[in-house]
Amino acid sequence: MKRLVGETKGQGMKLTVIGAAVLAAAMTLAAGHLTAQSPPQDDSEKEIERYRQMLSDPFSNPGYLAVDRGEEIWTTKRGTKNVSLEGCDLGEGAGKLEGTYARLPRHFADADKVMDLEQRLLWCMDKVQGLDTKDVLSRRFSAPGRASDLEDLTAFIANKSNGMKLEPQLNHAKELEMAAVGEELFYRRGGVMDFSCATCHAEEGKRIRLQGLPNLSVPGATAQATMASWPTYRVSQSALRTMQHRLWDCYRQQRWPVPDFGSDSLTALTVFLNKQAAGGELNVPSIKR
Amino acid sequence: MIRSAFASLALGAFAFCAPALAQDKPARPSQATIEAYVKSTFGKAPAEWQARIAPDESLAACNVHRNQVSSADAEAITKRELARVSYPADGKFLGNWKEGYKVANNGRGGQFSDPPDTVSGGNCFACHQLDPKELSYGTLGPSLAAYGKDRKYDAEAIKDAYTKIYNSQAVVPCSNMPRFGTNKVLSEQQIKDVMAYLFDPESPVNK
Ligand code: HEC
Ligand code: HEC
Repeated sequence: MKRLVGETKGQGMKLTVIGAAVLAAAMTLAAGHLTAQSPPQDDSEKEIERYRQMLSDPFSNPGYLAVDRGEEIWTTKRGTKNVSLEGCDLGEGAGKLEGTYARLPRHFADADKVMDLEQRLLWCMDKVQGLDTKDVLSRRFSAPGRASDLEDLTAFIANKSNGMKLEPQLNHAKELEMAAVGEELFYRRGGVMDFSCATCHAEEGKRIRLQGLPNLSVPGATAQATMASWPTYRVSQSALRTMQHRLWDCYRQQRWPVPDFGSDSLTALTVFLNKQAAGGELNVPSIKR
Repeated sequence: MIRSAFASLALGAFAFCAPALAQDKPARPSQATIEAYVKSTFGKAPAEWQARIAPDESLAACNVHRNQVSSADAEAITKRELARVSYPADGKFLGNWKEGYKVANNGRGGQFSDPPDTVSGGNCFACHQLDPKELSYGTLGPSLAAYGKDRKYDAEAIKDAYTKIYNSQAVVPCSNMPRFGTNKVLSEQQIKDVMAYLFDPESPVNK
């Protein structure tokens, strides 16, 4: 928890940070309780569910700090053209935010490419603002004392789709290709452990050590609950994280090479996963372990 | 175990022969398209890392059929993978169970975040129950509690388990379990130690 406190700057943050510390403490307690009592498996599953519930209290969710920072970045003039991102078209028209995240990734005619939100933001920074994205990319994942524009913007923009349903865009030929390739990648095994996404996410009710694994191989409630809860504030990392980071971390666990940020396979997987999750109601940023 | 695997293979072969439902299942993208995506995402990694995700013949078949290979493919895989198992020259399968526990409990190694000299573990607890007193275990694989005891420490069962750990697909084609020996994740000594963890009567697995 020291790191969390060390990270805070300014007054507004303090309250929320205390909230996070309380949550983290509760989590540790729940975990301690788990090992100390040696309950049979069903009880331990219940314990895990109980602390998950504690983690979804919106009043203690530091993810909303990222939403606020994201709004500021969205409206700040930057780049050689000295304009804000408000001229950026996220799919529903320049400057329009409501509902955009629920329909991303999608095909953009101006770039003739299927893009997820982060890819599109990088495109707009370059084309609309004339901003050199090198620094933004070097901060693609936040770390203590180093905020990430892309994480903050994603939190802000995704939040504007709250209450709406995930509506994967599968009309354009390139969107259909993305979904089909994403599905193939989901089942592609490799690395020294021979793992694919399906090794860990293709059966009901499985867990690795004590961590429950969502079955993402079938469309429906589990995929919906999973995909409609990202971006999320991850207590264990004291950071807001997006699907780019989740997939980066899963490829790490899969013992694959580092995936390139904002690259096509990650977008393809996201399109496939959103297809499984169609109709899931967004409520973000959520808060997770 | 082998019999049930063949039963599910037969089912898989049937599903594969059934005509594709063109209206809701998109055609499989061409292999070249898939490789282009993989290259765009992992193409900057060092050559040695890229080699790790180039599927060998067995994995290529598992990938195309999502582990539900035809019985002909299944036979080819077990035959090929069995030829890749190397048994201890000294004929001894069992090492030290205490060291074996460490191998089973260690999930490090092979990740891009690991320092290059990291000694890999087997991470058996990620997928299997072993020592029944250890509560933090995963369920992707069957429980191995009392594994040696249940098999009466039988010599043939010991050799079969060595084969399984060295190369899971020599036993079950397209098994989700890593091929620890063949893929050089674990050394021969580490496999012997983890074998002792399963088969030593003093090991907590058999208590
Ligand atoms: C070796 C195991 C492993 C592999 C391989 C793996 N994952 Fe995961 N995945 C996990 C674990 C563990 C979690 C975290 C579950 C938790 O925190 O409750 C997770 C979480 C996720 C989540 C978020 C779940 C949620 O509830 O928010 C998604 C989405 C996901 N994985 C997708 C993938 C995809 C796509 C791939 C392949 C590129 C993949 N995973 C490969 C182990 C794995
Ligand atoms: C990613 C998951 C995973 C990991 C890690 C893993 N296993 Fe497995 N294991 C499985 C699955 C799934 C099966 C059952 C299907 C099969 O036999 O292929 C299995 C089967 C087995 C069997 C045969 C059980 C029987 O029915 O007789 C043994 C023995 C075994 N594992 C030992 C180990 C040991 C020892 C390790 C660590 C060095 C290990 N496993 C790591 C998934 C895993």
